[in-house]
Amino acid sequence: MAFINYAAREVNCKIVYYGPGLCGKTTNLQWIYEKTNPTNKGKLISLATETDRTLFFDFLPLDLGSIGSLKVRFHLYTVPGQVFYNASRKLILKGIDGVIFVADSQEARFDANLESIDNLDKNLKEQGFDLMKIPYVLQLNKRDLPSAMPADVLTKELRVKGEPVFEAVAPKGVGVYETLKECAKMVLKELRRNA
Amino acid sequence: MDLILYDEELREIQNLIDQLHVDARSKIVFVVDKNGQQIAGAGDLGSIDTTSLASLTAGNVAATDGLAKLIGEKEFSILFHEGERDNVHISIVGNRVILVVIFDDRSSLGLVRLRVKKGSQELTHIFDRIVEKTKSQPSAGLEAAFAEITDDDIDNLFS
Ligand SMILES: Nc1nc2c(ncn2[C@@H]2O[C@H](COP(=O)(O)OP(=O)(O)OP(=O)(O)O)[C@@H](O)[C@H]2O)c(=O)[nH]1
Ligand SMILES: [Mg+2]
Repeated sequence: MAFINYAAREVNCKIVYYGPGLCGKTTNLQWIYEKTNPTNKGKLISLATETDRTLFFDFLPLDLGSIGSLKVRFHLYTVPGQVFYNASRKLILKGIDGVIFVADSQEARFDANLESIDNLDKNLKEQGFDLMKIPYVLQLNKRDLPSAMPADVLTKELRVKGEPVFEAVAPKGVGVYETLKECAKMVLKELRRNA
Repeated sequence: MDLILYDEELREIQNLIDQLHVDARSKIVFVVDKNGQQIAGAGDLGSIDTTSLASLTAGNVAATDGLAKLIGEKEFSILFHEGERDNVHISIVGNRVILVVIFDDRSSLGLVRLRVKKGSQELTHIFDRIVEKTKSQPSAGLEAAFAEITDDDIDNLFS
C-alpha cells in the first residue's frame, strides 16, 4: 500500500507498532525521535490521554535518505494498546506496509501479548491484510525487568511465522533501532518484490 | 492497491488547487490521501507543518468514517471546524482523497463550499485517471527504479 510519488521520486511506507497496553510502543517512538538527526525527522505527534496513554495514535515521519534516485520516507505509527480502543486500532492499520509487534516480557502480561497478537491477526484480516504475508518483526521489550520471562520461551510462544526477534529495553534505546531497521528492510524488499 | 502519482497528473492537481486557493480566497488548500500521505498543497504552506497536517487530517477523517458506520451512515462527506481566526473545511473526494481548505474571515463558508464542490468534481476525474493508469500500467517506471536496488543499497540506508 506504499504511496509512490513519482513526480517527487518519493516512496512513503507506513510501519505500525502494535502490542498490548503499556508494552512500550510509544517509548520506542520517543527514543527514535530523540536520537534522530533533526533534518531527518518531522514532529512527533501524540494523541494521548492526560495520563499519557495513547488515545488514537503517535505519529513520526522519518526520512531515511535515498536509494538510487528514490527518496525513502517512513511513517511510523503506534496504536492504542488498551483493549477497549479496538475501533481506533483498526483505523491505524489502514494502508500499512509493515508491523512491529512489541511484546511485554513480564510474566503477568503474557496473556495480554497473546490476546494482542490474536487481535492484530483479526484486525489485519478486516483491512484486507494477512499477518502471514506482511513484513513483520517481533520485539521482546522490558528485558530489564526482573519479572521478564526467558527470551527463548517468549520467542517460542509468541512467534507467529519465524519472524526476526529482537530483545529491547525501549527507554534506554536497547534494540529499538535494530527492530525498526529490520522491519524497514523487510518492507523495502517486499516493495521491490512487487515492483 | 498502490497509488502511483506521475508528473502529468501531479501538475494537473497542482493547477487545480492553485486555482481553488484563489477562487475560495483561502489561506491553504491541501490534498491528502486517506492514509495520510500528502499529495499537493497551495497557498501559505510555509506557515504550517504539512506532514503533521496530512496525518492528523487522515486520522480525523478515519475516526469520523468509523463514527458514520457505527450509526449507519455511509460517510460524512464534509467536516467543518470553526475556530476564532481560522476555519478548516475537509471534504472527501472520489472516496479516496481528502481535500482540506483553511480560510479566515477574508472568505466565507458559503464561498468555500461552492468552490470546493466544483473543484471536487474535477479532482475526482483526475484521480479516476490515476487509478486507471495505475491499473493498466502498474509498474511503469517502478521496475526501473526498483530493479537497480540491491540488498546492499537497502542496508546502506541505515548505516
Ligand atoms: N522498565 C522498563 N519500562 C519500560 C520499558 N518500555 C517501556 N517502559 C515503560 O512502560 C510504560 C508504558 O510505556 P508506553 O510506551 O507508554 O506504552 P504503550 O505501549 O505506548 O502503551 P499504550 O499507549 O497504552 O498502548 C512507561 O512508563 C515506560 O517508561 C522497558 O523496556 N523497561
Ligand atoms: Mg502508547
